Amino acid sequence: MPEALLSLTNVACLRGGRLLFEDMNLTLAPGGAAVLTGPNGAGKSSLIRVAAGLLRAAGGLVQRSGAAALADEGLALDPRLTLARALGFWARLDGGDAGAGMAAMGVAHLARVPVRMLSTGQRKRAVLARVIASGAPLWLLDEPGNGLDPEGLERLREAMAAHRARGGAILAATHQPIGLDDAPRILLA
Amino acid sequence: MIALVLRELRLAATGGHALLPLIFFLLVATLFPFAVGPDGPLLARTGGGALWMAALLAALLPVDRLVEPDREAGVLDQLAVRGSGEEAVAVAKLAGHWLSFGPPLIIAAVPAAALMKLPGEVLLRLEIGLLAGTPGLAALTLMVSALTAGLRATGALAGLLMLPLAVPILIFGAGYIEGGGDAGALKLLLAVSLLLVAAAPFAAGAAIRAGRD
Repeated sequence: MPEALLSLTNVACLRGGRLLFEDMNLTLAPGGAAVLTGPNGAGKSSLIRVAAGLLRAAGGLVQRSGAAALADEGLALDPRLTLARALGFWARLDGGDAGAGMAAMGVAHLARVPVRMLSTGQRKRAVLARVIASGAPLWLLDEPGNGLDPEGLERLREAMAAHRARGGAILAATHQPIGLDDAPRILLA
Repeated sequence: MIALVLRELRLAATGGHALLPLIFFLLVATLFPFAVGPDGPLLARTGGGALWMAALLAALLPVDRLVEPDREAGVLDQLAVRGSGEEAVAVAKLAGHWLSFGPPLIIAAVPAAALMKLPGEVLLRLEIGLLAGTPGLAALTLMVSALTAGLRATGALAGLLMLPLAVPILIFGAGYIEGGGDAGALKLLLAVSLLLVAAAPFAAGAAIRAGRD
């Protein structure tokens, strides 16, 4: 049994004095994936942020082995820089390859366009390109399909399949089918 | 860490928050003689203190651009996911902010002193004082901008938070000029500045962490 990339044990999450979920158990082994579903406000994004270490769990144990890459609603790319340089900043921190990420999400032709000129869908692709470029074994994706066209969704599907084939794991929160059909669904109510 | 400092410098250079305090500082130096009149000795006597006031107010200008854009865009979250401690991020921000704020202000003090008809030895004391005091001002700006990140209409609140805390820097900075080069004032200025610089990474780091909830 290989070491789990992410393991949540009896995790509970409080937000603003309200209990979002408790006794959450989840283990992601290399190649594994899980999809979080549930109505708006059920705590999908909070669970992603707990897994990323950005929120402290109110109870339970969160264990991660290895690096994680997060894609959420935050763009985190300097608007004045070109896409290649903005992604390159993070790729240097990660020791990854920004060009590979851009190629995988089909935004390589935008490399010299300033980030502030990008459309919503292109920004989403850029955020996913950063995750792909990071080389981190664990991907934490919060609504990765939002704003993507069918071609972008297909690229996301391929990138996720390739990542899992390489021994990576994915935790995704989403409403729409994004191509993790074999992954277990975790319903937050 | 160096990448983060360089990023701060680039943001300051391209986003205009390096230039703005500088222009503000020189503008005050230009306006002050108009307000008190072209009386040379009077200007020379009050000019040093006025320039310290100008430096203090100039330090306040970038307060809404230091932390809030990075918090809003998720840059701070992305750094945290990569394992950078909030304190380390704050140290990088402090270093980058001082480099884009302190040295330009120290250079701008030369033409500003000319506008105030400050004698050479007063200018020298002003420059030494600014060198000692601007790190403290930069630290104060960083702490206040981290504390107010995510709040609305931070401008006035930041001023109310920051200016009272900057009083010691003002007193000892101006005191060093007025006192004819009293080394005691300079030592106290350095002590206050050092205290603020030492406290800033922890205060700003804790504020960034608290801002996530």
